[in-house]
Amino acid sequence: MALPNKPKGELKAVKNPEVEEREVDILIVGGGMAACGAAFEVKKWAPADAKILLCDKAALERSGAVAQGLSAINTYVGKENTPDDYVKMVRNDLMGIVREDLIFDLGCHVDDSVHLFEEWGLPIWKKSADNKNLDGKKGQSVGTLKSGAKPVRTGKWQIMINGESYKRIVAEAAKLALGEANILERCFIVELLNDANDPKRIAGAVGFSVRENKVYIIKCKTAMVACGGAVNIYQPRSVGEGKGRAWYPVWNAGSTYTMALRAGAELSMMENRFTPARFKDGYGPVGAWFLLFKAKTLNGLGENFAASDAAKKELQRYAPYGTAAITPTCLRNHLMLFEMKEGRGPIIMDTVSALAELGKTMDKKELKHLESEAWEDFLDMTCGQANLWCAQNCEPEKKNSEVMPTEPYLLGSHSGCCGIWTSGPDYDWVPDSYKIKVNGKVYNRMTTVVGLFTSGDGVGCSGHKFSSGSHAEGRMVAKSMVQFLKDNAGFSPKLKQSKDELVNLVYKPVRTYLEHAPYTTADDINPNYIKPNGMMYRMMKATHEYGAGTATYYMTSSKNLEVVIELLEIMREDCEKMAAGDLHELMRAWEIYHRLYTVEAHLRHIQFRKETRYPGFYYQADHPGQDDKNWFCFTNSSYDRATNKWTLKKVDYHKIIPD
Amino acid sequence: MPSFVIKEKCDGCKGGDKTACMYICPNDLMVLEPNEMKAYNQEPDQCWECFSCVKICPTQAIEVRGYSDFVPLGSSIMPMLGTEDVMWTCKFRNGTIKRFKFPIRTTPEGKANAYPNLKGKDLSTGLLSTEEADGYNLPRPKATA
Repeated sequence: MALPNKPKGELKAVKNPEVEEREVDILIVGGGMAACGAAFEVKKWAPADAKILLCDKAALERSGAVAQGLSAINTYVGKENTPDDYVKMVRNDLMGIVREDLIFDLGCHVDDSVHLFEEWGLPIWKKSADNKNLDGKKGQSVGTLKSGAKPVRTGKWQIMINGESYKRIVAEAAKLALGEANILERCFIVELLNDANDPKRIAGAVGFSVRENKVYIIKCKTAMVACGGAVNIYQPRSVGEGKGRAWYPVWNAGSTYTMALRAGAELSMMENRFTPARFKDGYGPVGAWFLLFKAKTLNGLGENFAASDAAKKELQRYAPYGTAAITPTCLRNHLMLFEMKEGRGPIIMDTVSALAELGKTMDKKELKHLESEAWEDFLDMTCGQANLWCAQNCEPEKKNSEVMPTEPYLLGSHSGCCGIWTSGPDYDWVPDSYKIKVNGKVYNRMTTVVGLFTSGDGVGCSGHKFSSGSHAEGRMVAKSMVQFLKDNAGFSPKLKQSKDELVNLVYKPVRTYLEHAPYTTADDINPNYIKPNGMMYRMMKATHEYGAGTATYYMTSSKNLEVVIELLEIMREDCEKMAAGDLHELMRAWEIYHRLYTVEAHLRHIQFRKETRYPGFYYQADHPGQDDKNWFCFTNSSYDRATNKWTLKKVDYHKIIPD
Repeated sequence: MPSFVIKEKCDGCKGGDKTACMYICPNDLMVLEPNEMKAYNQEPDQCWECFSCVKICPTQAIEVRGYSDFVPLGSSIMPMLGTEDVMWTCKFRNGTIKRFKFPIRTTPEGKANAYPNLKGKDLSTGLLSTEEADGYNLPRPKATA
């Protein structure tokens, strides 16, 4: 027993931290692909004397979803596709309801970012003159993508890369462009602040250093919030050490959505979620196995269930999406769940047959290369899956592996589309209701809060951007923010809260801890507070059991939703008593706070939408199936932090690109 | 699969200006115990096994042990990060060893072209700076519904 009670972390928190106040023109919150895109682009447009600051919770070199690396760039339009095709693909995968203006716009710019990545040094696979695959180093001999060289496609949109250092390369360019002096690492922004004279306008943000006892109060004229999606909001399938082996980055805490929501921004399509089917437990990617190696999944009886007549019949229920040439991701999950629930699991990826089939036309050297490609797919982006195969003595040419749909994730850049409602670009083909204006002027990707922008996982209704699209979108936002800055040069941000109030807001968990910790003999157990770790388990249990988690095969109902929303409301009340003894724990306290709002928004959206738009991702038992007549629309939510009131509404969808 | 620090090999980066693993961990897990001058993973169940700490450690003091809740014992994977390639050694539970080498970048470190002198011209268009410089024509939908 460790008496007297003391904080566990090495960096103890103190009651009265140092305060650093800053005033900048442009604030970038986040450090992932989108933020790095903004960092690269912003000075190309901003006046020379503009003050710009980027705050990253971690270190830019390895922060965000690409920290570990990637084995593919999932969105590259190239010469063989058009932005129109891109819209059609995304629309079908996300069951029809998407912002086609945002998607088309992104499709126009994404390739430029990919060309930059290659110039900066990212190795991109190429096709040789005789149509063989060359890795990113050998592929240099056939020229760059920009000069017309052919990438190695796996499917229509992906291109293969050697992406271990993808984020390091992108971060390097971002740092060089923005200047290290304008980047604050290990600074966790936790709350966005509205202007004292205009509560619908952004005027700053507040956060703290995870390395020293310091609170940052930053005033700004415009800001972009882009800190990824939300992970570990549901009980994961692995609840011990394996809790960290989330499919999406475990540090994505819903901060983007919660901070925007609390600042008054409208969220959109928060009911959308992603429960990817991945290699069981290790969560290694399956895309290359399906698309590059042409592997099939089998049920426990050894049947290729997805090709069965029963599966085809089931998919017809969800026409036109279910009968499209490429089955939407949620419906592929739906078929897998159908097998599992009928007792025909487990689901197996037949790697053995796939590699044997490919081996028929390959010589020994080519086969060796193929094996290397299979391992690189894991080692570049999910190292732990490679170790799991080693631990299981699994060589994919000799032993098959199990596939399993994961716990739910919320995101807007991968195969999901939840996020913040933003303005589209100011083009004549974009419907007026998609444009958000300030003094009659449209600012692309601005939220409904004046001067607040978002990108990457933050932008709702526009999935399938992935790493490249998020970077391009960050760049687009950088230009929009400079436009906004120029048009609002006279604006002087003023905060409503005093310095002391803001410090108390950020350091409240520390002050609660210091006040009450001496009362008991066990640091984590105290009637006067709750530690973030305890709150995390409480949230996960509630969402898991009632909110369409894996416990119920993603099924919920109106009554269950009522229960879970009530539980979450009480948890948010109890957050007033959250306690943190060290800086790491303070970070966890704010993360759980962000996760709670985000997952509540998710469940309130599911509750509002009286249909099941995404079978395979979630099911609303009282409203099974899709109701296009009443629900072919966006759902937007907003929250008033003064009254704790949520408002949900329908917003019209416009079809822009014909079928 | 939480990272762990081999006590004998870790010197707390005392020769450097920062503790490398602590600097890099995206989830703020690696910390330095200042009395012993040794680093450790303070929250193993939040480790994403991204290997950032393993790759950056100047003394190869950090390795990874598979998550206890589903990974059998006895395997390991270890990267050696160079300037152009990464070398992986993958050791199976049954002793099989596989080695792989993949390129990681094609330019010298620190030399990414950030276009420091490029200035955008027309702030009113939708073009990004490099697109504008290239004379890119912004597409519009071929047809609208």
